[in-house]
This record gives sequence, structure tokens and C-alpha cells, in this order.
Amino acid sequence: MSGWADTVLICIVLTSFVLLGSSRLGACIRVVALQGVLLGFLTLAGRQDASSLRAPILALVSTGLKGVVFPWLLFRALRDADVRREVEPFVGYSLSLLIGTAFLAGSLWLAGRLPLPNPTMSPLVVPVALFTMLVGLFLIVSRRKALTQVLGYLVLENAIYAFGVGLVEGTPMVVELGVLLDLFVAVFVMGIAVFHINREFDHIDADQLRTLRDWAG
Amino acid sequence: MSGGSVMPLLLALGLAPLLLGVIIRTKAVMAGRVGQPLLQPYHDLRKLMMKGAVYSRTTSWVFRAGPVVGLAAVVVAAALVPFGAPALVSFPGDLLLFVYLLALARFFTVIAALDTGSSFEGMGASREVTFSALAEPALLLGLATIARTTGSLSLSAMLPHVTGAVWAHGAPPLALVAIALLVVFLAENGRIPVDDPATHLELTMIHEVMMLDHGGPDLAFILYGAALKLWLFGALLIGLALPLHSGHLWLDAGARALGMLLLAVLTGLVESCMARLRLVAVPKLLVGAGVLSVLALLLVLRSSP
Repeated sequence: MSGWADTVLICIVLTSFVLLGSSRLGACIRVVALQGVLLGFLTLAGRQDASSLRAPILALVSTGLKGVVFPWLLFRALRDADVRREVEPFVGYSLSLLIGTAFLAGSLWLAGRLPLPNPTMSPLVVPVALFTMLVGLFLIVSRRKALTQVLGYLVLENAIYAFGVGLVEGTPMVVELGVLLDLFVAVFVMGIAVFHINREFDHIDADQLRTLRDWAG
Repeated sequence: MSGGSVMPLLLALGLAPLLLGVIIRTKAVMAGRVGQPLLQPYHDLRKLMMKGAVYSRTTSWVFRAGPVVGLAAVVVAAALVPFGAPALVSFPGDLLLFVYLLALARFFTVIAALDTGSSFEGMGASREVTFSALAEPALLLGLATIARTTGSLSLSAMLPHVTGAVWAHGAPPLALVAIALLVVFLAENGRIPVDDPATHLELTMIHEVMMLDHGGPDLAFILYGAALKLWLFGALLIGLALPLHSGHLWLDAGARALGMLLLAVLTGLVESCMARLRLVAVPKLLVGAGVLSVLALLLVLRSSP
């Protein structure tokens, strides 16, 4: 059992809990960035072949993108949109934390029942990836601002990335870098979309989007 | 039930107010003042003991019983907590007794506060109950994690089992429990992120507001009980965070006493650097501590199915 990978994975779980309990948009963006940096460490901790450059390059690119570029884009969107810097959840923070605990227990239970063909680098990878995925989905549905939905999407992608790092040893680097490029474009476009939603409707509350129907007068 | 050393109990009874003195002195030094003497809490207690008690005509026996039962429960709890040596009383499951004795003390403090009929004290009682209802799961689940790690259900048996080897093997769950216990330590004793022990503004305080109508020996009992509680939670935390077991009685106790001193200084530093949280933010902090405990417990349960 590799101790470093476990520690990093537990830190990822803690960042997810911070996201569930945090009330400030800026803090959420920073925590998602921190999660991206932690994933870079996970890539380094999980590499099998010390001589190959694959893991360091991948870690460097993903850390640079998730730790620097995305926060910058999101902070710019936040500044341009000029909205109240609060998350405004549909589900309260304490309840979110409790639901997160239930997610964690469920993920551990589910991962315990999933037989894996090859032993992974740490037995915690699968439950942590599942848990982070659930937290990402929960953030998307339970928060009002369009920006938090971008954050939820990023958390979801982080989870899938962690899953890939832990399970699939032989993914070609081109594929991983391609996914990161897609992600970059997605966040870029979503930042612009958030700005335009805000300019059109003076807020980025996604729950009022249903009044967009043409015939509503 | 097995007998242990009387030393942990004597140390707790004797040194608990000193811990309070160290915290107050640290805050004073951080604020650039000289501060009161380290032994001032003892003098305060002596002064209060020499006074007479005044009772309102609207109160009943509950009001008089509150401080006595509260102090008695905490002293019994002190007999359960090891400190370098096994505690005076220990048996499998005594960690539950420890938690419930503290709950008993709290219950009597709360109903004594309600007995006065003062609206302020009722407010404090309501806050105390709300916050402790959230802090208790964090404490119990944290203790359950340690019990699972060490395979023992007694405080005296499980804390000596937390050795350096246990930390090296499974540090993350223990670190999570230590952080959760630190939050519980601060919350249960009314230290700063949760409650400000220095203020006497009724709208913001929790613990102090419940003893507004107590005076003389009753107040001394309450203050001494609070100091003991501070010592007990500190002893739990230090017992977990200081994996030193040389087998030599005085060396172990001395190292732990030093650890307690450091903890008191740390508490003083926290109080100097942080502002009190808004009341609505306190439950979030306590639920967060509970989540840390749950996470630690799940990790431990998973690694040793």
C-alpha cells in the first residue's frame, strides 16, 4: 500500500467536503484548483515506471491547467459577471455535509463490492473517485449559480481523471492531453456563457432559466 | 474493573486551573500586556469559596443542585482518563461512561440555568444544547475510531496503544480524529472559534451566560468544573497526539504535562489570532468535525474488515 497516494486521496476527499460546506464562490474556485493540484501529486505518486516521463509531463500539464489556468478563467468570469459572491445553495451547508458523508459511505460500500481485474495503486482510488463524482453531480444540482455548475463539472472531471490514473495504467498520453484540452475549451466557453447569461438577465441563477420559453410573455 | 494509579486524577485536580492560567497569560502576552499571574485562577477560586451564596426566591433545589452535580460528574469523569499512567477506574466501555458523565454535567448546568427563569440563561441553555448535540457525535465517533484502531474499549487501555508504530502505519485516520478532537476541545470548553470566554455580552456567549445567577461557592464549583473539563479533553487529545510510552511513569506523565502546556499555549494563540465565528457558522464547524470523525471511522473500518 503506498502511503503517499492514500494521503493525497484523503486530502482530495477533504477538499470535496470543503466544497460542500463552503459558502463563498471565490473559496470554492480555489478549492477546486487545489483539488486539481492534488491530482497532479496523485499522478506522480501512482506512477509505476520511475524512468518514464509520461507521469511527470501529465502531472505538470494537468496541474498547470487545473491549478492556474482554470482558476484564472473562473475568477475572470466571476469578476465580469459581478455577482454576489455567495453560493446560494438549494440544500443547506450542514445538510450538504451530511449527504456527502452518506455518499462516502455508499462509495466505500460500492467499491468493496466491485471486483477489479488488476490490483490498483491504492485500494482507496475507486471509492474516492466514485465519491468525488457524486459530489460533483450533487454540486451541479444543488447550487443555484451557473458558476458553481462549472465547478461541479470540473469536480466530476477530476473524479474521472483520478479513476483513470488509478486504474488504467496504459492510457496513451495523447488521449489524456486531448481530454485536458477539451476541458480547457469547455471551461473557456462556459466562462463566456456565464458572462453572457449575466449580461442578458442580470444574474447567473440557473433555476430561473426555465422562464426562457419563447411564448412566455 | 481494574484499578490503576491515582496520579492522573491528582494531576487533573491539581493542575487544571493552571492550564486556564496559561491560556489567559498567552493571550495577554500576544496582546502586548503583562497579564495576570499564572496562579490567578486558584486565587479566584479561593476568593469565591470564602464568599456566601445568594439564591433567588424563584429558584428551586434544581438551581442549587446544578453546580454540585456538575462538578461531581466531571470529577468522576476525571477518574476515567489516563495520563501517562492508567486511570484510577477503567473497564471495557468506560469511554461511553466518560462521554455520558460530561453530558450529565451539561444537563444539570442547563436545567439549573433554565430554573432561574431568566431569558438570557434560557438562550444560553438552548445554544449549549444545540452545539453539544453536534459536538457529541464527533467526539463519540472519534473515540470509536481509536477503539477500532487499538482494539480496546477502555480509555486507559486504548490510549497507551496509540504508539508511534500505529501512527506510522495508519496516520491519516488518527490525524483526522486529532483534528476533530481539537475542534471538540475548543467547542466543548467554550474557547474562541465557538464562544468567547472573556466577553460578558449576553447576546454572544454560551457557557458564561448560563452561570450569570450563580455566585460564591456555586460559581467556584462551576469554574473549577469547567477547568477540569478543559484538562480532560486536553488529556484525551494529548494522549492521542503524543505517542510516547517509555514505561517510566514520571517521564510519560512529564512529557504529557509538557504537551498540555503546549496545547494551552496553542489555544491561547488560536484565541489571539481568530475572531469568534458567527453563531450560525458554528454548527457548520461542528458538523465538519463530525464529518472528519466519520471519514476516519470509515477508513479504519475499511482497512480492517
